[in-house]
Amino acid sequence: MSEGTIDLATFEELKANAGADFVRELVDTFLAEAPAMLDDLRHALAMNDADRFRRAAHSLKSNSHTFGALALGAMARELELGGLRPVQDADGAPLEALTLEYARVARSLTELKRA
Amino acid sequence: MHKGGHGGARLLVVDDNKVNRLLLARNLELQGHHVATAENGRVALEMLRAEAFDLLLLDIEMPEMNGFQVLEKLVNDLQLRDLPVIVTSSLEGLDNVVRCIELGAEDYLTKPVNPVLLKARIGAGLEKKRLRDQQKELVRRFATPEVAQDLQESGFSLGGKRVRGSVMFSDIRDFTPLVESQPPEATIDLLNTYYTLMFNAISGHGGIVSLIIGDGLMAIFGAPLPLTDHCDSAVRAALEMIELIQLFNVDQAAAGKPQIRIGIGIASGEMVAGYTGTNERATYTCIGDTVNLASRLEVHTKIADRSILIDGATRAGLRGDVELDALGPVTFRGKSQPIDVFSVKLGQ
Repeated sequence: MSEGTIDLATFEELKANAGADFVRELVDTFLAEAPAMLDDLRHALAMNDADRFRRAAHSLKSNSHTFGALALGAMARELELGGLRPVQDADGAPLEALTLEYARVARSLTELKRA
Repeated sequence: MHKGGHGGARLLVVDDNKVNRLLLARNLELQGHHVATAENGRVALEMLRAEAFDLLLLDIEMPEMNGFQVLEKLVNDLQLRDLPVIVTSSLEGLDNVVRCIELGAEDYLTKPVNPVLLKARIGAGLEKKRLRDQQKELVRRFATPEVAQDLQESGFSLGGKRVRGSVMFSDIRDFTPLVESQPPEATIDLLNTYYTLMFNAISGHGGIVSLIIGDGLMAIFGAPLPLTDHCDSAVRAALEMIELIQLFNVDQAAAGKPQIRIGIGIASGEMVAGYTGTNERATYTCIGDTVNLASRLEVHTKIADRSILIDGATRAGLRGDVELDALGPVTFRGKSQPIDVFSVKLGQ
């Protein structure tokens, strides 16, 4: 279920402001774009590319907040501000956790979109 | 372009993230604006240079060219530096906000942007732009294009710089009896037509009118922007002014109205050009011996009974063929040395 993954108040406000049909399209756009951001994070980690890592985390954080994906947003924010080092030190664990959370967010948004 | 009210402005949204771009554009469209989008700073600059926008909404963290770089480019671009910019970013840290404001951004909104806040800030940004446009229009109207450009490029500061140029004084002969012979409205009408003709001739030859006093005017050729052939330009402008007055007189005669004659004095050399006055009220002008001499030459046109008189320095600076009559040296009040005076033949 969406509870805990998506803050419903934020999501409803988004719909009220931008229109339900538009938000459906926006969710589709996010679901199409987000996997590339996750790829970017993985590649940046592998290539030790701090700029790319920060930018991808930043983008994911920003979109998460838009849809009310608070936990995902918080995790992305930690990657953005913390940089590569803590993720490298933890052997990529924070990135795996973020990928799992994204999967939950994607499911919830897909449900909410249909509702 | 945007006119009055704040609906229907042309806005450019720059964000590398598609969701952000779409959502911001949607919010703005719902507020009645026309929105174009760009996915990075480089594309945005290309669009800004190709078409007119009323306001820019700028993300900071972007590939190719980020928002800071865009702001830096805008500040140094004369055409674009007055464009209001609202930064929309989820970049954290007060130093980033400060940096944007220092680089000329109007405002900094954190993403996700609250639509109500967005509307208020856009309204304020557009209002500022409207006032700036109005101000620019006033400067254009009251300051001549060259001075307006100089003000825009170098800013305003009292004080002058040495320049080489030509100064012209022009005056309507026997203006006082003319004023007394007709109703005041007719005099204002006549002056307005006269000034329109004189301004056209002067600016058409690269000069600027720096002073209007009653029926007289002072024009500068070679400042604030340098003019390589300032002597020729001044003399050619003078010839055109006489020609225009002759045509004007034909119309006046046909309408049974009084005709006018003008006298023009031109002197060339070094002078000090700049803004004089106070910080509250200033004017662009030139001062120095050259200016005094041009004024004396204009007065001397009545004594010599010629329309255009120039000094030796102007004659020496002429590159093109201009027919002159040497009137010999004249000693002017306040000058220790006699000055060679030349009369410019009319109808050249």
